[in-house]
Amino acid sequence: MAITPNPYKTTGALGWIDDRFPLTKMWKEHLSEYYAPKNFNFWYFFGSLALLVLVNQLLTGIFLTMHYKPGAETAFDSVEYIMRDVPWGNVIRYMHSTGASAFFVVVFLHMFRGLMYGSYQKPRELIWVFGSLIFLVLMAEAFCGYVLPWGNMSYWGAAVIINLFGTIPFIGPELVVWIQGDFVPSDATLNRLFSIHVIALPFVLVGLVVAHILALHEVGSNNPDGVEIKKKKDPATGIPLDGIPFHPYYTVKDMVGVAGFLIIFCAVLFFMPDGGGYFLEAPNFTPASQTNTPEHITPAWYFGTYYAMLRATPSFAGTQIWGVIVMGAAVVILFFVPWLDKSKVKSIRYKGVLSKTALTVFAINFVILNYYGLQPPSDTVQLISQIGTIIYFAFFLLMPWYSKIDKTKPVPDRVTE
Amino acid sequence: MSNEGVDGNRRRFLTAATSVFGAAGAAAVAWPFLASLKPSARARALGAPVIADISTLEPGMRATYLWRGQPIWIVRRTPEMLASLDKVASSLVDPDSKTQQQPAYITDKSRALKPEFMVMKGVCTHLGCSPILRADHPAPEIDTNWQGGFFCPCHGSKFDLAGRVYKGVPAPTNIVVPPHRYEGDTVVVIGEDPKTA
Repeated sequence: MAITPNPYKTTGALGWIDDRFPLTKMWKEHLSEYYAPKNFNFWYFFGSLALLVLVNQLLTGIFLTMHYKPGAETAFDSVEYIMRDVPWGNVIRYMHSTGASAFFVVVFLHMFRGLMYGSYQKPRELIWVFGSLIFLVLMAEAFCGYVLPWGNMSYWGAAVIINLFGTIPFIGPELVVWIQGDFVPSDATLNRLFSIHVIALPFVLVGLVVAHILALHEVGSNNPDGVEIKKKKDPATGIPLDGIPFHPYYTVKDMVGVAGFLIIFCAVLFFMPDGGGYFLEAPNFTPASQTNTPEHITPAWYFGTYYAMLRATPSFAGTQIWGVIVMGAAVVILFFVPWLDKSKVKSIRYKGVLSKTALTVFAINFVILNYYGLQPPSDTVQLISQIGTIIYFAFFLLMPWYSKIDKTKPVPDRVTE
Repeated sequence: MSNEGVDGNRRRFLTAATSVFGAAGAAAVAWPFLASLKPSARARALGAPVIADISTLEPGMRATYLWRGQPIWIVRRTPEMLASLDKVASSLVDPDSKTQQQPAYITDKSRALKPEFMVMKGVCTHLGCSPILRADHPAPEIDTNWQGGFFCPCHGSKFDLAGRVYKGVPAPTNIVVPPHRYEGDTVVVIGEDPKTA
């Protein structure tokens, strides 16, 4: 049977492949002929940086798995073995642990970029929804990974998080036993979290990242002006007038971002790999003990905001499920942002004072909540966390109102830089 | 392809029947996977009762035992400690232990079979941390009405020396008293109900 020649008129080995597989087609669609707005600023680094960190986590994770031994008796010792005896094992492990924190740093900034420039607005709702799913899976993945060293903070962190399910009325206690595979977090628990961490969630994560990028390339990138570049095309070529090919322009630009990122990343990696006790916490350098809770239990730093909300919610009607509901709702509400924003314009540049104030207050409040989520419990911490929780939800729940009545500025036809 | 002479109803029925049968099969296949996550026979065996000899426990001291992997505390309460239970009653959510966080055969307000020996899980009813014994008092940094008790470092829940929860903390209920019975005067079997009960 004759093969239909590929339309790119490639020859030789590449031509042979292109006749059978859309290699040149994919290269053009996603890189050399994917036209991105020419006015991306530094906020647009964080998407590609997230991809870089994902690759770092996958690669270092594969090599850690070659030495790590899941199991309540072996896990802690095998991590120490990696740190002390495996050649370069300490660096590989620190790359993985620092990478986990870096992942959340770049993802938080990436999400803030989206909120700032309205990158979730029509027609980019699905990109945002896939992104929110990635955030959710990332949190689950980080939690599972945090438990694996089976230090005392791992153990009690696992106990607290798994017990969140125990707050569900009626089936809660049974559900916890089922999740743990035992009456307490134990060997069985550790092994299943290992399985989820190294196989199940990475699969899901990579799939979601592909969906996130495919959805982006289907509709095209937003930009700091929130102008649709596809509306003004060169009549001869059909290429957006304000678009430039992703490769080489943005691949090269992103390399600058990568260089900047790596300077900071390596500084942490080599000079303070425990992140001042925030990336790797002191109690986790002692083995898990079922009878001794660390003096002060905190989650990993990147869960501080949501943990603050959990703690801020008092128990009511004999159950503490409300805190869990509030914390869950704080993540779920992200999914609805594309439909909560009623503004006529996308970018913060053309939004009015209400939206600008709301986003600024939200961002500051997010950091404050994160800080207080990591402080030892007290009445002051409790009060600040409660106020912060209300502000967090007000930003989203009042968005349909303030984004609608806000005075917007006229949006230019073309991008401004 | 022609659809002439096709019995549409028959085709729809067969499609539906096949789909339902397939779904049932998928559910049946899911069962062993979900069931495999339950505690194994070994984990269940480790849930057997624990025997605690408390003859050497000094007044005011606490011993910790492990039952089903969870800490079980036995505190030998001094008369002063027992007297503190009434002093804090006004600060508590459930001073009379009306919520069944203890076996039905424990009816004394001190929440123990023998008031001197408090047997309780060392697990906070909020999210399962293990509270710290803070017998010292007064301790205004914990509570203005602190008479000694247990303080949870995770989220600041407070309990008195009978494991009863203070008001205004995340933990909703008193600490659980596990089933236990005495064998003679100084041996406690944790995990078994009294034989007469």
